[in-house]
Amino acid sequence: MKANCPECEAEIALDKPLRGEIIVCPDCGAELEVTSENPLTLDLAPQEEEDWGE
Amino acid sequence: MKLAVLYSRVRAEEKLLFDALEARGVAYDKIDDREVIFDLQDPGAWHEYSVVLERCINHSRALNALKILNDWRIPTVNTASVASVCGDKLTTSTALVHHGVPTTRIKVAFTPESALKAIEELGYPVILKPAVGSWGRLLSKVNDREAAEAILEHKETLGSYHHSIFYIQEYIRKPGRDLRAFVIGDETVGAIYRASEHWITNTARGGQATGCPVTPELNRICAAAAKAVGGGIVGVDLLEDPERGLLVNEVNYTIEFRNSITTTGVDIPQRILDYVLAVGRGEIKVL
Repeated sequence: MKANCPECEAEIALDKPLRGEIIVCPDCGAELEVTSENPLTLDLAPQEEEDWGE
Repeated sequence: MKLAVLYSRVRAEEKLLFDALEARGVAYDKIDDREVIFDLQDPGAWHEYSVVLERCINHSRALNALKILNDWRIPTVNTASVASVCGDKLTTSTALVHHGVPTTRIKVAFTPESALKAIEELGYPVILKPAVGSWGRLLSKVNDREAAEAILEHKETLGSYHHSIFYIQEYIRKPGRDLRAFVIGDETVGAIYRASEHWITNTARGGQATGCPVTPELNRICAAAAKAVGGGIVGVDLLEDPERGLLVNEVNYTIEFRNSITTTGVDIPQRILDYVLAVGRGEIKVL
């Protein structure tokens, strides 16, 4: 599965994408979220908020 | 039996849990907390779940979802009560002290003036922490009065009202590391050291994990800490005080364990599922 990074447009290939999974663009380092598995779509991951954690 | 996993992001931990569920052939639904709608008068399909495993990344979402589910009498891991105690360092500390679990000295104050007084009663350095927060965010090590005055003013002026609940902790001169222990039910299943040259040792902040043996003493104190916050599956953080020995620092209720499976040699996701499935079968009562 392939899609383009929404930040730098690099082509990113994923073997087994999972919706909600967070990946890092190998080109620009942006944190991306898999928003759809088939077709594969990527969006910028949500930013860390104050109450995030364990 | 059907299980639901309530999550925000599919991190390494959620992938491991999904893989473990699939390997066991357990029927489960993945529920993204961004899409969920709770109809308080009509639980609907939620009642199909024997147990819900909470893996939210936002404390406020986790807490509110668990409260609704538990009021519907749907068992969850962990429960709303545990999330409520662990999600706030102040309530965690009061629970630990109330149950006689060895912990660090904590003072709480509500104004910068009383906080400064409390800091000086404890003696420098002290740690100022937001009561709600994680991953080592916004922790301050306060070395002297000038720094204390500046940080207290900043917290009061720039922070939300939560930041004016001043949670003040004595600084423990730990040996460049702290401990994270994983407690499932009443057993400490594994532990790691987290080492860092920085005084903040969270692995989320670059602390390096190595294996730590679970001694009877460590098991006893961690099981007591877990019981104090209401049990379930928790991550207990401990500090080694040169004189007093192990002191519980914090207890976490949605544990991250990606760095700890190889280090501890314990299949943590499988152990989590053992517990969650036992709750789903009604063998362990959480409500």
